[in-house]
Formats: sequence, C-alpha cells, structure tokens
Amino acid sequence: MSLFLIVALPFLGAMLPGLMNAAGRQACAGVTFTVTLLALVGLLTNLPAVLAGEIVSARVAWLPGLGLDVTLWLDGLGFFFAALILGIGLLIIAYARHYLSRDDHMGEFFTYLLLFQGAMVGIVLSDNVLLLLVFWELTSLSSFLLIGYWKHLPEGRQGARMALAVTGMGGLALIGGMLILGRIAGSYELSVILENRDAIQASPLYHPALVLILLGCFTKSAQFPFHFWLPHAMAAPTPVSAYLHSATMVKAGIFLLARLWPVLSGTTEWFVLVTGAGLITMVLGATIALFKHDLKALLAFSTVSHLGLITMLLGTGTAFGAMAAVFHILNHATFKAALFMSAGIIDHGAHTRDIRHLGGLRRLMPVTFVIATLAALSMAGIPLLNGFLSKEMMLEEAAHTTLFDLPWLVPALAVLGSLFSAAYCFRFVGQVFFGPVRDDYPSHPHDPGPGLWGPPALLVVLVVGIGVMPFLAEPFVKLVTAAVLGGTAEVPGAHLAIWHGLTPALYMSIVAVGGGLLLFLAHRPAQRLWDGTPRPEAKALFDGLVAGAVGLARRTVAPLHDGAFSRYAAILAVTVLAVGAHAWLTGASEGPSRTMQTPSVVHVAGWAMLVAAAGALVFFHRNRLLSLILIGIVGLMVTAGFVLFSAPDLAMTQLTVEVVTIILLLLALNFLPNRTPVESSSLRRVRDGAIAVAGGLATMALAWHYLLRDTVAPSISEFHLANSYKGGGGTNVVNVILVDFRGFDTYGEIIVLSIAALLIFALTEALLSGPVRARLLNRVPDQARAGGTHPMLMVIVTRVIMPVVMLVGFYIFLRGHNEPGGGFIAGLIVSIGFVMQYMASGFAWTSARLKYPYHGVIGAGVLTAGLTGIGSWFFGAPFLTSAFTYVRIPPFDKFELATAAIFDLGVFLAVVGAVMLSLESFSRLARRAHGPEDDYPMGVDPSRDDLPRTTEMGA
Amino acid sequence: MEFLVASAIGVLTAAGLYLVLRLRTFPVIMGTSLLTYAVNVFLFASGRLATGAPPILTDAERYTDPLPQALVLTAIVISFGMTAVVVMIALGAYLGADDDHVDDAPAGEDAR
Repeated sequence: MSLFLIVALPFLGAMLPGLMNAAGRQACAGVTFTVTLLALVGLLTNLPAVLAGEIVSARVAWLPGLGLDVTLWLDGLGFFFAALILGIGLLIIAYARHYLSRDDHMGEFFTYLLLFQGAMVGIVLSDNVLLLLVFWELTSLSSFLLIGYWKHLPEGRQGARMALAVTGMGGLALIGGMLILGRIAGSYELSVILENRDAIQASPLYHPALVLILLGCFTKSAQFPFHFWLPHAMAAPTPVSAYLHSATMVKAGIFLLARLWPVLSGTTEWFVLVTGAGLITMVLGATIALFKHDLKALLAFSTVSHLGLITMLLGTGTAFGAMAAVFHILNHATFKAALFMSAGIIDHGAHTRDIRHLGGLRRLMPVTFVIATLAALSMAGIPLLNGFLSKEMMLEEAAHTTLFDLPWLVPALAVLGSLFSAAYCFRFVGQVFFGPVRDDYPSHPHDPGPGLWGPPALLVVLVVGIGVMPFLAEPFVKLVTAAVLGGTAEVPGAHLAIWHGLTPALYMSIVAVGGGLLLFLAHRPAQRLWDGTPRPEAKALFDGLVAGAVGLARRTVAPLHDGAFSRYAAILAVTVLAVGAHAWLTGASEGPSRTMQTPSVVHVAGWAMLVAAAGALVFFHRNRLLSLILIGIVGLMVTAGFVLFSAPDLAMTQLTVEVVTIILLLLALNFLPNRTPVESSSLRRVRDGAIAVAGGLATMALAWHYLLRDTVAPSISEFHLANSYKGGGGTNVVNVILVDFRGFDTYGEIIVLSIAALLIFALTEALLSGPVRARLLNRVPDQARAGGTHPMLMVIVTRVIMPVVMLVGFYIFLRGHNEPGGGFIAGLIVSIGFVMQYMASGFAWTSARLKYPYHGVIGAGVLTAGLTGIGSWFFGAPFLTSAFTYVRIPPFDKFELATAAIFDLGVFLAVVGAVMLSLESFSRLARRAHGPEDDYPMGVDPSRDDLPRTTEMGA
Repeated sequence: MEFLVASAIGVLTAAGLYLVLRLRTFPVIMGTSLLTYAVNVFLFASGRLATGAPPILTDAERYTDPLPQALVLTAIVISFGMTAVVVMIALGAYLGADDDHVDDAPAGEDAR
C-alpha cells in the first residue's frame, strides 16, 4: 500500500466514528478498528521491502518554493514506530470500546484518537522535516483534545492545558532547530540531512540547533526539567494514558532523537545534555513513582523514568547504546501499555486507583493479577521477562560510560534508578494484589470480560515471549538499530540473550533487584520520610509561571489598549503622519511635469460648495439630521466632480450609493439621539483640530504633488484601452476591466459585499432575539410622529414609476459593456426602486409581495458569477476567461453576446440582494420599535370603508 | 483645477479626521464617510485629471485612465457595505447598552 494512504487512512477514517455515533458504540469502535487495521495491513505490505533493507518512499510536490513537499519514507526505524503505533492502537481501540461508559461520547473519542494516530504515523514516516513539524504540532493538538476528553473534570482541563503549553513551547523550539538544520544541510529532506553529519557538526549553528531540537524532544518525551506535565496528563481516560503517554506520543521525542542520531550524536554537548537529562529523569522519576499512591500516577512517573533511561542510552552515542534503546522502546511499549490497561481494569472494578485502599485483589481478580504481575516484574527487570533483557543492556552500557570524568557516576545512578524502579514494581504488585482481602473497597472488585483483559493479555504474551526467546526479536531489533545508526557505525555484534555470563551488568542487576526488594519492605518508613520532606510542587510553579506571564502581558497591553477608540484613532493618525513626513522630508522628487488646468467659475463654485459643506459639517455635527443633509451635499459635489473628470460610471455609482446610504443613515438615526452632546474639553478639541489640519494638509500636499507630475512608471491602463474592444468585446473600458480584465477582483468584491449584508442580517437577528427586543417594543419615539405614514400621492407615484425604474435598471445593465452602466449601477438603481416601495407602501405590504428572500438573491448572484468563471474550465481556459460573439436575429440589429454579461448579471444580483438585505434588516428593527404598522398600504383610501382597522388586508 | 481637487481632498480629510476623533458613534460614522470620499477621490485622482475624455472607446484621440475608475467604482460600493456594518454595530451597541460612546468607560467604572 502506498505510504500516502497509510498516513491518510486514519485522517480520512477520523470522520467516520464521529458521524457514526448514532449507529451505536459497537459500530463506532468497529469502524475505528477497521480503519486502523487497514492502515496496519497496508504497513505490513511494505514489510518485505523493509526487511530487504530497501527504503520505501513516496513524494508529491506541495510547496516546493518553501522546500515543503509531502515526502514520505519508510525504513526500519519508521516501520518499527508505525507498527507500534498502529498495533498498540488496535489493542487500545478494543480496550476503549469496553472501557468507556455509556455516558461518554464514543464517536468523539475515536475521532480524536484517529486524528492522533494519523499525526503520529505522519511523524514517523515524514521525510520532509517541515512536514514532520506539521504532524508534530498535530499530535500536540490532538493529545490536548484527548487529555481533556472528560470536559467536566477540572483536572482533565488543566492537565490538557499544561500538556499543550509545554509541548507547544517545545514544538516552537523544535521548529527553530529544524529550520537551522535544514539550512545547514541545504535541504529539508531528512534523507539529505542525515548524510551531512560533518557539515552539521562543524557548523557554528550546530549548538543552537542542538539545543532547540533537544528542547522539542525533551518537552515531548517529558524529560527533566519538563517531566511535570506527564503525570498531570493522566487525568485522561486510561486508554489515552496507555496509548499516548506510554506507548506512542511521549516516544515521539525519543523517535526524533533516534532519527537524528546519525547527525547530532557523538559530540560532547550531545552526550552531556542527553545522557545527563536522561539520567536525572530516570532517577527522579523512579524515586517519585515509589511514593505515589495513585496507580496511574505511579505508572506515569515510572514512564518518565523509563523515557529517561532510553534517552540516556541514546545520549551515550555508541552503537550498543542505540541498540539497547531500540530494544527497550519495544519492551517498554509492551509492558507499560499492559500495566496501564491493568490499572484501568482495577479502577473499573474497584472504583479506586488508590493503593492505600487496595490489596488482596489476587483472589478477587486472578486474571488481572497474572497480567499485571508479569508486566510489573518485567518492568522490575526479573529474568525470563523482556524488561530484564533491555535493562541489563542498559546497565552494561552504563558500566562503560563516563560522565564528567567520574567513572562511577553513571553506573551508580543507573543502579539507583533500577533499584527504585524495582521497588515501585514490587509495591505495585505487593500492595495491590497481595495482602488480606479487604471489606472496604468502594465497589466489589471482579475480573472484567475478555474485552478488557484481552488486549493487555496479548501484550503480556509478547512480554514473556520476547523474555524467553529473545533471539526471535534479535533480527528485527538489529534492523531497526541499523536504521538508527544510519551507516555512521556498525551494528553491534552482541546478541540478545538471557545469559551473558558473570558480567558487571549481572551484578548490578542483582543489586538493583535485591535493593529494590529491601526498599519495598522498608516502604512504610521511607514513605513517612518522603512525606515529611518539603519539595517544590511542579504544578504550583507552572501555574505561578503562567500567572506571571499573563500578568506581564496584561500590564504591557492594558496601558496601550485601554478601549478608548478615539485615542487609537489619534495614535494611528499621528503615526501615519509621522511616517509620511519622514518620507516627504528624506525623499527626492523632480519638478512639476504637467501644467495646471484653468478652472471656470462653475468649477470654483462646486469646489466652494463642497468645502463649505464639509466645513459646516464639522461645526454643526452635533445636529445629526443637519449633518446628514450636509454630507449629502458633499456626496453630490463629489459626483459632479466625477462627471467633470470623465468618469460617468463613477458618477452614476456615487449618486445611487448616496441615495441608499442616506436612507440607511436615516433609518439608523431613527433610534439614535438627535443631538451629540458637548463632552470633549476645548483642549482636546484643539488637539483633534491640529491632528485633522495636519492630516488634511498632508493629503492635500500629496495629491497636489502627484497631480502635477506624470506617473513614474507607465500605467497598465494603456493595455486595457488597447485590448478592451479587441479582447473583451466592449467599448466601456471601466466595465470591461470590472467584468473581464480584473473579474476575479470583482468576484471577491461582491462576495465581501454579500458577507457584509449577511453580517448585518445576523446582527439584526441577534438583536431582535435578545433583550433589545423588549426594549424596542417598549420604546416611545422621542419625537412626534407624522400622521398618515403612507401618503397616497407617494404610494401612487412610486407604484407607477416602479416599471420605469426597472426598465431603466435593465437598460443600464445591458448597455454597461459599451456605455456607462453595468451590473453595479443597475443593481443600485433597482434597489432604489424597491426601497421606494418599502418607504411608500410600508414594510408589510412590500414583504408580502416579495417572492424571493434576499439571501437567495445574494446566493444566486455569487453563484452565477462563480459558475460563469468555472464555465471557462470546460473550454480549457483559466477561471473567468471571457468569450463573446456577435449575432444577428432579424429584424434586430447585430448585437453582442458575451459571457462577461452573465458575470455582470451575478454582480447585479449580488448587489441588489446585499443592499436590500442591509436596508431590510434596519427597517425590521424599526418595525419592532413602532409596533404593528398600519394595516393599509395607503393612509387614506377613498375606495375603502375606513372603519375596521384590525381587518387583515393584502397578506 | 488641480489645486481645487487637491485642496478638496485635504478639506475632506481634515473634516473626516476631526469627526473620527469625536466621542460618539454618529459623528465617527460621519467622519469615516468623509474619509471614504477623500480616499476615493484621492485614488481616482491618481489617474490624473482629464475633462471630456471618458474611457468609452470612440474615435477620440485621448482617454482618461480607466483603471483608477474601476478600482474606485467597487470601492464606492464596498464602502456602502462597510458603512452599513459599522452603523449596525453602533446601533446594536446603543440599543443594547443605551450608550453611544465609542470609548470604553475608564477602568473602575466598568467591570471587564
């Protein structure tokens, strides 16, 4: 099966459980299981190639310009991890099916689980490091969802947030490190990076890259000092703990250490940092684990400790260390997942995970006892179980490792860690299963069905199988080790065997197990000592750190961002002015190249009106109705300016927009106070006036400057003028630019307009369904209302001219390609026609006669425009390529048919829909406010017997 | 004529800026409208000023620059949409809280 499919399957399948939740728990789990099984089978089809030492790869270009391509590869290491992820995933899914209770949303759980699985498989199969980083972040996100799956538990939410914060920070560091690495190697492909060991280690950037990558790996794999998040993540459901926090996600950091081992390892820095962190984590984790009473907390810290062990082995930089690490990854995944599942079973049966409330379960849960005991003894390092083998290899490696020139340091710490490890394993078995049967369990403990104990039992079979017959696993372990070494070192000749003779490792092992047993026997006093010792609490430190960061951010932002809009506006204006002034003062420009045109008296009069209206607006802005009239004058003068300066299309647009804007503002003013009170101090007004004058002078100077000079570079308008008729089939160049040359822009613009209208509609809906509704209903208009809301004359005139308006709109639309006009203008004209009906005959009358909702009109417009664009694909042309032809149907004159006209129709519809939806929303507010409006579209109608005001008419 | 246009842009900008800096929603909306005019005319004028030369292809010798016109045409329509949204937000805020100040109340008076 293609590697793409193996990675994609979990993602594609992730949709299924969520969708199938209603089909039942069995179906949900079944489909998840099937998807995972398919991916695993697909992976296994590549096994022969991997065993033959080939590297399977698949590639497709994604963003080659960034060096980001979807390149996947599969070698021994990738196969090992992918098989672990998918194989243990299968067991976890089967287990979770029986573990989750009826109240849990199973579809949601399995969707998250599959997302996580896909991301993990993606990490281990990525060849491109940028792609790997994407998957890396995805595991952080999906694990966040999984840890916080029980949303009602505060521990779950806090644990999820902590895990996301820590691993997310590490992920950021990792991105930096990987980018540096790719930069040094000149490629973002791992396969290339791995061949550049010398270049990377010689580079001055090696140290920053190493530190950043280690930060990423250590946070993910919970290495000291970032180990604290893992125990808190145990608030997750047990299947998640077993899957993410023992077998897979926390191994992602280890995986990356192993993956990059050929290029990063072997230096002193690597050795000190990785081995040092690993050793500390191993001893610290094991020590804390011994004194935890919660089974899952014990296992969590033991996981921390074992991850430290593996990290330490990778840090030594020897081939034997790498082999031991690989072997221990395999062994740890088997026994730890089994232990987690056993803890879940105990929790499930006894309704507690507190060791102090347990004991004697050996008789009550015999099956679980066998499974958990074998797994725990394997973890303790007892012979004939797989944990013993890799632990002895670890001790062997430790015996040959010298840190800080102290030959005894590493072996002593390794023995100490193993000793505590053995002690907590004995405690796990001894205090949970042995001892007298108690009569105060929170619930009656019993063995569950095979659905729950089956998956861990399978793992324990592996634990014993590998433990007794290690030679069976040896070829595979060596294959993976070879992939880790990547040709930089020979695969060690040592064999995986139970008996190596009387080696130092054996003595160390005996000391560790014996010491562990003694420590277990002395657990009670040791616990008292531990409880009496003050220790820093990681969660409190973390919470304090987060609170400090939040406080710092708040103190930095609050003074700047105090919610005073007028202040932001002033700051913005001054900043823009300052930047502009700097450019003006430091730049150079040539003298005027154009001559000034002489204005006539009419021109000056128009200018004077505009300036006077704008000035008056400032002085009389407190009278809001007056300011509407004044802004109308400004708009008219701008329109006149467009007419004068050869822009008929603009003039028509501006005029029609002016009309709808004023109507809109009138509708709004209906609710707002009619006057603006005097509030700002005179000092403040002087300040604002100064900013305003400065801004005005600046824009004036800028406009004045460029109006007297020719363009710096030739404008592309020449092309438009030359090709408008030849290429676009229209003589109105502005319209051809809109619907043809830059049709894609226009398409985007009508969508923006439509979204604005929908937003207004949504806001209105929200207002009308909230407390504002009651307020509107109780509102008393602040001014006397005119009688006769629908004057007869206006009703008749608007109805009579409605067809004329439509005809004009139609005409303007049709001629738009060749003469001033087009979809935008026609849309506005038709809208005004509709608005007139609303105003004259009332909301109810007009709405009752409305066949199509405005949302539909908007949608039809955008779709028409879009489909016109797509249509050109069928002719092998890019989106929105236009075509036109001339036809002649007697007795009409020759006329043109252009696809651009259909696009323009879309523009027309979208504009009509958007404008009408906005205005309609406003008037719906008004309608609420004034209660039921007149039943009659005409205030006075001579033909009507005007008595029963309650009779329904029209609709 | 160039001076008239440039100074008109300047006056519109100045008046718009002053109104945008006011404390109530309605004058701020008026201010943004004036700024919209200013910006549109400014953009339009970047095609330089020509009288009697509309970009409608005929036998004429010269045409004015059509590109700024096409840009400004959509800008006018979109600015209507933008004004409508801002007005709606202002209206919603006023109806919901009976307050049409654009600035948040100073800290202390109002719990965040």
